[in-house]
Amino acid sequence: MWLTPAEWQIIGFTLAVCTLSTLVILPFGLAVAWPLARYRWPGKLLVETLVTLPLVLPPVATGMLLLKLFSRRGELGQFLHNQLGIDVVFTWRAVVVAAAVMSFPLLVRSARVGFQSVNQRFEHIARTLGAGDARVFLTVTLPLALRGIVAGVVLAFARAVGEFGATIVVAGNIPGRTTTLSLEIFETVQLGHDTSAYRLLIVSVIIAFGAVWLSEALMKKSALR
Amino acid sequence: MKLEIRALSLRLEQFTLELNVDLQNARTGIFGPSGAGKTSLLESIAGLRKPETARIRLDDCLFEDTEQDYSLPVRLRKIGYVPQDDSLFPHLSVRRNLLYGTDGQSKQNTFSFDHVISFLKIGALLDRDVRSLSRGENQRIVIARALLSAPRLLLLDEPLTALDAGLKETILEQLRSLHDEFGIPMLYVTHDPAEAIESCEEVLMLESGKITARGHPGELLG
Repeated sequence: MWLTPAEWQIIGFTLAVCTLSTLVILPFGLAVAWPLARYRWPGKLLVETLVTLPLVLPPVATGMLLLKLFSRRGELGQFLHNQLGIDVVFTWRAVVVAAAVMSFPLLVRSARVGFQSVNQRFEHIARTLGAGDARVFLTVTLPLALRGIVAGVVLAFARAVGEFGATIVVAGNIPGRTTTLSLEIFETVQLGHDTSAYRLLIVSVIIAFGAVWLSEALMKKSALR
Repeated sequence: MKLEIRALSLRLEQFTLELNVDLQNARTGIFGPSGAGKTSLLESIAGLRKPETARIRLDDCLFEDTEQDYSLPVRLRKIGYVPQDDSLFPHLSVRRNLLYGTDGQSKQNTFSFDHVISFLKIGALLDRDVRSLSRGENQRIVIARALLSAPRLLLLDEPLTALDAGLKETILEQLRSLHDEFGIPMLYVTHDPAEAIESCEEVLMLESGKITARGHPGELLG
């Protein structure tokens, strides 16, 4: 398959921002998934609902919320611009933010299943052997939940690659700056450049298939343990 | 060894576990039918369950005093716990399982790695995958792991369940000499009278959460 330099740039940019967004949400995802998997607490249902919201809300609506939040007149955007000199909207950062928000629920759901699959007997044993909370988490819980977490990471990455609605609202489609694989496919279809669209479609399918296949395989192994 | 369990009350599904007992023998058996509260008692001593009320002290170390709202964290109790079910960490090798409670430092005394390994005759298992171990090998590794953490007290929860008779006898022999070798007292939970008679100096009969008899295992169960 012959891809043009511009298409390679788009694929490279997409993979880079999606990798970054997945890495950014990983610690937050684990921090949310852990208490959801293990504890009952007031407000748990609210957090569960909020975490799931980007999955069910129209992506364009999520994009509008992000636009409102991160524009220079938005609460967060104003702070970032005035205090740190960082603009988000219509930059690559907006692409990362949109991908992160849209893929966060998938990471949390898989990681939660991973944590729930860990038999707490192993954690109890580790404590009787002198391990404190942090050591138990790092040496027992996390490794035993790893398949679920990795599956979540892969799914989140795949979701980020496919992200369109929120991205186009908050980042636009600026060639060479914010254009991702999905945005470029839409653009080429609009312009009638079907050959280019199909080439990028094949790339998307390969990335998505590989990611979902890996995720499913890992989840199956996790459930069997 | 003196283990004081005072005013212990722990609500379970069918009944309330209620105990008021001092234990002083090196090898004490807790005997009773399934569901009598034996495991819950061990878990309360280990700190894995929180009783509604209890004052639990091992020698000069206070484990639990609900009146003072005091509970010593599990990791500081120095309890060697050998549960009934498989408890080896499946993601670690046999060797790393054994070293988990040793702080990575080789002890020079009776709890040295080499001494424990040779006592339980598990040297040939060190490089095996945990998942490839037989039930008997598994239990000996769990006992060794508990010993290597240099515990004050060993809690053995039906450690020989589902083992064949020959293997049971071998491990029972090791458990009998364990106190002489390492000086660690043990509480041994079982519902098998033969195991209690062979391995314990004293036995408590537990039924529906209450002690119904206490004495020499040969006299009570023979």
